[in-house]
Amino acid sequence: MAFNTIRKLALAGVLCFTAASAVAETFVFTAIPDEDETKLVERFRGVADYLSGQLDVDVRYVPVKSYAAAISAFRNNQVQLAWFGGLSGVQARRLVPGSEAIAQGVEDEAFQTYFIANTHTGIEPSDTLAELREPLKGKTFTFGSKGSTSGRLMPEFYVRDTFDSKPADFFKRVGFSGNHTRTLRLVEAGTYDAGALNFKVWEKEQADGNIDTEAVQVVWKTPAYPDYQWTIRGDVNDRFGDGFKQRVTQALLDLKDPELLESFPRSGFIPASNEDYEPIRKTAEEIGILD
Amino acid sequence: MFTSPTVRVSFIFLAIALAGLLFADIAITASNPWRDLGNFFLGIITPSFFSTEGLLTALLRTVAFAFVGVVLGGVAGFLLALVYRSLPVRIFCAFVRAIHELFWALIFLQFFGFHPLTGVLAIAIPYAGIFAKVYSEILDEADPDPGRALPPGTGIVTTFLYTRIPDCWVKMRTYTAYRLECGLRSSAILGFVGLPTLGFYLESSFSQGMYSDAGAMLILFYVLIATMPLWVRPKLLPVYIIGAPFFLGEGMPIIWGNVQRFFTEDIVPAPLRSGEGVTGLMPWLNDLMINEALPGVWNTIVLTQIALAATGILTLLAFPLISNHFGGPVRRTAGHVFLVIARSTPEYILAYILLQLWGPSMLPAVVALALHNGGIIGHLIGRQTNTIQLRADATTGFNRYSWELVPRVYHSFLAFLFYRWEIIMRETAILGILGIYTLGFYVDSAIQNIRFDRAMVLILITALLNIGVDALGRYIRRKLALQTMPTC
Repeated sequence: MAFNTIRKLALAGVLCFTAASAVAETFVFTAIPDEDETKLVERFRGVADYLSGQLDVDVRYVPVKSYAAAISAFRNNQVQLAWFGGLSGVQARRLVPGSEAIAQGVEDEAFQTYFIANTHTGIEPSDTLAELREPLKGKTFTFGSKGSTSGRLMPEFYVRDTFDSKPADFFKRVGFSGNHTRTLRLVEAGTYDAGALNFKVWEKEQADGNIDTEAVQVVWKTPAYPDYQWTIRGDVNDRFGDGFKQRVTQALLDLKDPELLESFPRSGFIPASNEDYEPIRKTAEEIGILD
Repeated sequence: MFTSPTVRVSFIFLAIALAGLLFADIAITASNPWRDLGNFFLGIITPSFFSTEGLLTALLRTVAFAFVGVVLGGVAGFLLALVYRSLPVRIFCAFVRAIHELFWALIFLQFFGFHPLTGVLAIAIPYAGIFAKVYSEILDEADPDPGRALPPGTGIVTTFLYTRIPDCWVKMRTYTAYRLECGLRSSAILGFVGLPTLGFYLESSFSQGMYSDAGAMLILFYVLIATMPLWVRPKLLPVYIIGAPFFLGEGMPIIWGNVQRFFTEDIVPAPLRSGEGVTGLMPWLNDLMINEALPGVWNTIVLTQIALAATGILTLLAFPLISNHFGGPVRRTAGHVFLVIARSTPEYILAYILLQLWGPSMLPAVVALALHNGGIIGHLIGRQTNTIQLRADATTGFNRYSWELVPRVYHSFLAFLFYRWEIIMRETAILGILGIYTLGFYVDSAIQNIRFDRAMVLILITALLNIGVDALGRYIRRKLALQTMPTC
């Protein structure tokens, strides 16, 4: 009763003011916040402008604060398209029947996670993770976001698989930095001894000269796995007209603007399908992130 | 000395905190914390007000969300206060206020998404519970005599409006205004989960090490709070209240099917949803309890107790800063500035900043909680000492502090401290979202993994823990005959 009263009051108060603002059909998309926000806003505003030109509808990008918020917005149909990571894409498509992975980066077919370490730890690069058992044991370690594929799922999988124990038991302290850029900064600064991040973020920061190579280095590279992809809701054609999904797919595959691609950083987009991400789903189930 | 119950209780709590330190994870893990702290202060003194696009809009939204949330919470709380005698109402109010604004926001985000309603309700609902309690306490204290003087047959509503309300008006107004300040803080931190308030930009700037931008935002926030007496004027209030809803931003449309789905599917425990029935429920609950709830509860309690003791110590150190009995005007002004900053900065933001600078452990959380809460209580106690008249030949310096002032204010000091116990615990739980392993960490993890059933059970446990500590705090205050006015 009381809750209802509050809700009604709130609704009356808020709705009567917001209802006035007319809702034109805007195609809204989001992206997982895997890097520094300024970079993301710049990149995806570019994408919004590009898509809006190609599709002849208003296209808007909404930044979110967490991977889960991106998934929820997609599930709640407040965004119709999203740039997901492997895991977040699998989670989102499970929750939204009919949704599809339509395009991935050329590099996403064979994505990698880099394990990095601060040089003061004396951890030397190795070809196998097993050789790093002693050097890494009892060190502090940071993942990226809790919902990240390259920053959490895959590195956690390899830690469990190779060392046969939970990260929290194997390392002295385990953290979740939030995103890949922060993982890099935290390990570089020595706040954590080691960490795991998206190899594309590492390579781009390195190419841009943003890494103090005296302080941090790559110590191990994971085997390849599928990662980022564009996922679209199944009901977009009902809302934006027949063939809309196909047009969005084509627009993404046709994206050739080098500056925009460089900001991802990807060399281009290629077709993708839900089945491509089966390995990710299995891994997530194995380590208990997915029911 | 140990025969005094207040001293005994103080030492018991100090001992619990010291024991807690043995189990707590206290460390500075950053390799160069002082350089980062230096960079941060450099950012504060070289603020950059114009580099963040939309900063003013964010401030406006922060104020708008605070107004709409507090007004709705106030109206609902007042109505609830009228029926506060009913046990179900009291339980309901205790329950909704035991859940932190950020948890409410995280819940509403799942089905309202980034609609203004999410932020408004996240403030209004817990505030309604708090308003109901405080308003009803104020109403209960009203003098019953004017009501008795009315002729028989006077209507209930008339009696209420003409005898109870006038007697309570000033107290209710003062408390509501004070709550608005709390509302501004709540509104600001909602940005950390993605609403368009100050926290949104603060988080972005901070996580990217743009300290000058972050400094500008913090300074604007302090100015906003410090100048409240200037811009929150009775005559302007109707303008703000009517205008505020227009400045909440548009957000994204609500889809009501999502609301239904959340309540009928998402929060139904997984084994029930998948048809395993009650037999599957036990292992599910068991796993949740052992791996998440119990560690979360343990860490929450340990951190709360340490932070409570640290708050007490800091308060006793801080109140002389603004007391008329010590120092000159310059030192007192500096003291006021320090305490205003300490209490105006939400714990969550302080903890966030310190975590960035010192690396993850319980230490940043303890310092943040102690600074914020110590700032609030220190301010109140310091002001209280200013009403104390000492003899002209009273001792000075440390003797004055320890033999004249502290004994005189110790009762109200403890009263405030135990009043804030529950508030500290509520904040401790929420700090888990930042990566400290309290209950909030597990709630956030469950939400990140899109397991709302687990998140809801954990939030429920957090609420029960808060209600328990609230009851214990009230019991201790009653035993020691401590009285206090509410703070937030």
